[in-house]
Amino acid sequence: MTAALSNSPSASSATAVAGALLEVRNIAKRFGTRDVLKNISLQIGSGEFLTLLGESGSGKTTLLRLIAGFEQPTSGEIWMSGVRLDTLPPYQRRVNTVFQNFALFPHLSVTDNVAYGLRVTGCPASEIPARVDAALRMVKMQEYASARPSRLSGGEQQRVALARALINRPQLLLLDEPLSALDANLRKQMQGELKALQRELGITFLFVTHDQDEAMALADRIALLKDGALEQVASPRDIYARPATSYTARFIGQTNLLRAEIRNGFANCGSLRWPANSPNGKALFSLRPEAIQLASEASPSPDAVCFRARIHQQIFAGSVEQLEVDCAGQLLRVRISARGVLTGEHEFVFDPADAIPVRE
Amino acid sequence: MYSRAYKSIVSAPPLLWVGLFLLLPYALMFAHSFWLVRDGLLVHQWNLQNYTNLFQNPVYVEVLFRTMRIAASVTLLSLLLGYPLAYFMSFHAGVRKDLLYQLVIVPLWVSYLIRGYAWKTILGSEGVLNAFLQYVHITKEPVSFFLYSPFAVILMLTHIYTPFVFLPLYASLEHIPRYLVEASHDLGASPRATFFRVILPLSLPGLLAGATFAFALTLGDFLGPILVGGPSSIMIANVVQSLFGTAYDWPLGAAISVCILFLIISLLFMTERLEKRWSFR
Repeated sequence: MTAALSNSPSASSATAVAGALLEVRNIAKRFGTRDVLKNISLQIGSGEFLTLLGESGSGKTTLLRLIAGFEQPTSGEIWMSGVRLDTLPPYQRRVNTVFQNFALFPHLSVTDNVAYGLRVTGCPASEIPARVDAALRMVKMQEYASARPSRLSGGEQQRVALARALINRPQLLLLDEPLSALDANLRKQMQGELKALQRELGITFLFVTHDQDEAMALADRIALLKDGALEQVASPRDIYARPATSYTARFIGQTNLLRAEIRNGFANCGSLRWPANSPNGKALFSLRPEAIQLASEASPSPDAVCFRARIHQQIFAGSVEQLEVDCAGQLLRVRISARGVLTGEHEFVFDPADAIPVRE
Repeated sequence: MYSRAYKSIVSAPPLLWVGLFLLLPYALMFAHSFWLVRDGLLVHQWNLQNYTNLFQNPVYVEVLFRTMRIAASVTLLSLLLGYPLAYFMSFHAGVRKDLLYQLVIVPLWVSYLIRGYAWKTILGSEGVLNAFLQYVHITKEPVSFFLYSPFAVILMLTHIYTPFVFLPLYASLEHIPRYLVEASHDLGASPRATFFRVILPLSLPGLLAGATFAFALTLGDFLGPILVGGPSSIMIANVVQSLFGTAYDWPLGAAISVCILFLIISLLFMTERLEKRWSFR
């Protein structure tokens, strides 16, 4: 998992942000009989890098298009810096978009594409060349100033699209899966550049992606969408360490979902038993594969849970071993640092504090 | 791979067809334009007399210029009608798009002659338009200049050729990715600015194709003047027709035809160059 640098409020204040730039209030969107978005409320802080994460069809692009103004919400309001946004046409919103397919004007040169936003908003002609030049320099594309978009590679088009979207100095930049058209290496490189650019400019980024690694790497906060509703909004670290739902736990990283029965302060799941302060009844827990360790290698805390399990499958992944172990008929995923081939039964431990109760 | 024999057998019929019915007639026309008629007989004597006659006789030059004027008017009017229609249908018609498209296409299935006669009944002194104008007391007597005037020819040909202008225009507008329009709005361009900076430039190839259709088809039209035009709106094709018919001067008719042919070929050549420059994909 790529480390994320977080400087945002904690997950406990999931959607309430001090000094919010954009506020989405109870937004719903219906296409025909299909509810694409159901009562979404979300705040984005000024200067924040927020990632909208979700599978295809989760409504993330629709939410982006509502904020950009390409679609009208069925109900709800969108506010930005004290101005109601959803009643304004897209060309009056101080929001700019980097499109998934870049959407560069094929009949205009790189320079004219970047200058477009200035020309149509009545920027004095004397200012335009310098600002276009600065924008192209920012994305390292000044050599291509007179080229046509069709002559550029995907990565180069991406940079031009970014320069074009930033030229009007928007308060909020929307990015619709901008890296999905690039190959893996270039994508990693662009992620770094995007993050650096966002810090440097201090512009708020709302970034849509279906790639959870990308979301973890870039975001200050992740808003996870499922079937048109917000599943969880939290920093990458919080959302990984404390997933609120089983969907979140499975979508962000890998996990073991333990279906347990709580009796008198103890959770019972198969042959496993650990202290849990939940009320009696059924409960669901998420236990990350790396929270389980070999007893021989761990220095277990006094209340650690021990269990014996048979190695069912072992996959070597460079620095780590991914194990599937059989604990009295229950299969668990375990991730330990690389240590050679394991066979037979072994003693494993986990800290009960790492078994996070999650909603269904 | 196909054998040589197979290739020649397959390509022979179309080559024969083109040779027999296209190249040979053109060659004959070209040859005729350098011959002459003496005492009602065709004389195979090579000379440039026909071309000198053509350019020295003010009547022919005048008719040629009138034809080009009419063609230009028809082109302009068809564009003025066809562009807004194509634009509306492509960008704003929504679910009615297919129905409207059929409605534009339907007139193409009606015979050219019938549509010509329809205009005759509308514009004539006993016609629908005059009857209406008298009925509402705008005019007391039938207005005669509606019919048998260049105006009537332009009206009728505009009506006939507007779908020809519409079709390529509509196709090129439909091919403009909608995300480009969204990108333009996103960057702060009003719908008006978006039209002039994105939609119009990207539809130029279609506009050019439509304009070429209207201009070239009008240039060669001879039924319009016969049906609704009258003597004041004789066009170059009528002259050719009469030279090959009653006037029996095939060489002069051929010379005029050669001139028109070169006019059209150079026009097509120019528009193709422009179209290449204006297409970006």
